[in-house]
Amino acid sequence: MTVNRRDFLRGGLGGAAAVTACATLGVDPAEARGNLTVPENAIGFLYDSTLCIGCKACQSACKTANELPFEDNTGTGLWDTPLDLSGKTYTVIKMYQNGTSEHKDKAVDGFAHLKRQCLHCIDPSCVSVCPVQAMRKDPVTGVVSYDADACIGCRYCVAGCPFGVPQFQYDTPFPRIAKCQFCKHILAKGGIPACAQHCPTGATLFGSYKALTAEIERRKAMKPGQPNLFPRRTVDSGDTHERPAAEYTEQVYGDKEMGGTQVRYLAGVPFDKFGMPVGLPERSYASVSETMQHSLYGGLIAPAIVLAGLAAAAWRGARELHHDEDGHE
Amino acid sequence: MPVAQKSYDEVEQRFGVSRREFLTFCTGIAATMGLPAAAAAQVAEALVKKERPSVIWIHGQECTGNSESLLRAEHPTLEKLILDIISLDYHETLFAAAGHQAEAARLAAMEKNKGKYLMVVEGSIPMKDGGIYSKTAGKTSLELVRETAAGAAAIVAMGSCASWGGMPSAGPNPTGAVGVGEALGRTVMTIPGCPPSPYNFLAAVVHFLTFNKLPPMDAKGRPLFAYSRLIHENCERRAHFDAGRFALEFGDEGHRKGYCLYKLGCKGPETYANCPAVLYGDVGCASWPVGTGHPCIGCSEQGIGFSKPIHALADLKNQWPPAGFPRVADEQGTGPNLGGVAAVSAAVGAAVGAGVVLTRRISNQESGAGNSANSQE
Repeated sequence: MTVNRRDFLRGGLGGAAAVTACATLGVDPAEARGNLTVPENAIGFLYDSTLCIGCKACQSACKTANELPFEDNTGTGLWDTPLDLSGKTYTVIKMYQNGTSEHKDKAVDGFAHLKRQCLHCIDPSCVSVCPVQAMRKDPVTGVVSYDADACIGCRYCVAGCPFGVPQFQYDTPFPRIAKCQFCKHILAKGGIPACAQHCPTGATLFGSYKALTAEIERRKAMKPGQPNLFPRRTVDSGDTHERPAAEYTEQVYGDKEMGGTQVRYLAGVPFDKFGMPVGLPERSYASVSETMQHSLYGGLIAPAIVLAGLAAAAWRGARELHHDEDGHE
Repeated sequence: MPVAQKSYDEVEQRFGVSRREFLTFCTGIAATMGLPAAAAAQVAEALVKKERPSVIWIHGQECTGNSESLLRAEHPTLEKLILDIISLDYHETLFAAAGHQAEAARLAAMEKNKGKYLMVVEGSIPMKDGGIYSKTAGKTSLELVRETAAGAAAIVAMGSCASWGGMPSAGPNPTGAVGVGEALGRTVMTIPGCPPSPYNFLAAVVHFLTFNKLPPMDAKGRPLFAYSRLIHENCERRAHFDAGRFALEFGDEGHRKGYCLYKLGCKGPETYANCPAVLYGDVGCASWPVGTGHPCIGCSEQGIGFSKPIHALADLKNQWPPAGFPRVADEQGTGPNLGGVAAVSAAVGAAVGAGVVLTRRISNQESGAGNSANSQE
């Protein structure tokens, strides 16, 4: 079969036009998937950077609770020193530093801590991209968990997460995806996640999504410098300590990013300084890509048209070939 | 430098201690200051040979706890030594003399040792309303310290009150209490604590006696040998802090197991002192507040002790940069090294060479094939 350049390009354009037509005409506005919404009884964390003293008790408690190995990046072999989230580390306290680093929670000549961990998106990309449902979002609590038995190791979740959270264990023969799962094994026994349980200042605070929303509003309304009570462990534990309120930035990270996350952050330093992605759309990537995918493949119309086009091209090519052969003879 | 046997005999007579006890004491004092072992000999020589410096001890607004701390020290012969190493010419609460006689002793000592005596102040100085809230012999504390400081070789503020105001300066500070340094408008050596460890004072005085100068100090006048590190850094419960094991209330399981007291308000992470290293009262293991199960209240630290609530959480001073935290964007890996670059270059070179040879062979074959085809035609 011989296809000249002109025919090839014409066929290609025709196919693309068919696909585009399906994509545009085929989208029924009623079928467009919006952001998922937070479950009624969802749980979450509030991490308040201004309360964090950088003791790393959460890191240590996380490793104990999840039976994670220690990670040595200093070469001393003495201390657990993860540089970032990794196959061995579900949470890590990072530090922002500027200039003389004298003032806590100040962007200029200051420093601040930030706890990196899974944000447990309300509409998670990792769940959306997982081809085998190894990543799942609990319909009741909203916890995004991982099932190693189902996982095929494709690492779509690693690539798909806008926050760079899931980590692949590259250095083991039977790798898994490493990621905070909200200590679901402790939750099942009626406890709370290890990091919140061990945080001495309540910087990592566990609670229902709704109660934490109220707590965020309470903190944003505080007058900086005025003494206030801050709960520890859970938002309604009654275990409080008093300290002057800090000056928070306007942004509540995780409030709107990617349709919102169940782990939300307050800080005194703008979040881009912490290396967190800012300016993320309010519409989740999952909803955009799923809308696109479901439109393209909706009712299998688009694939049928493409198949028809391919069949037509094949038929025509075959006919030309026969014609050529006939002519030759 | 060895001290002659005769001198030791004198020491035995003077202090009523054996030579061994005396040298043990000197070595201990040298160690407290972080001096090398050889300094113990210098200390011994200074104590034996030099003339005892005259010390004038003045009280302001305080509880005499610092003097008590010094006298209650159970270290063998310390009491004798502190009273014999120095010539305590004036001390309001230890004096046998009283009234005009005591005042005369102070003036006489000042006159006799002008420019050479050591002035120790215990207690804060009230500044409000002309300083009328603390008076001795008809003079306000401020007048007294100004008068005495004029001819002093060195000034030591003993205890938190004299160092930075201490408890009398706690809000609302009705008497306008300040430390002696602020009252005099000059830097003095401070031994803060409520009360401070007697060894910190003793070591500083012995340093002055041995080397004729005060030991190295920080910006607040605190001797570095005792106050350069946070309590948190040497705390025996630190491992529990790092592992996130905290006592949640007095008497709970964690408290009974000796867990970290941070959640109960321990101020160790923001208080500079050597308490966990030298302990208190010479009664052995764990004889300091945290050791006995109570959180540190930061008694030696201005802005912490007597001002922050006892059970309020501390800020972590040693977590300030540059402590060990991964930065927001931390570089990983070590960059290229010579061997690695050479190996990669060699591999690339070999691949390029092989490619050239292969291409040449293919083109040769093709041209050969073309030739043969041509020849067939």
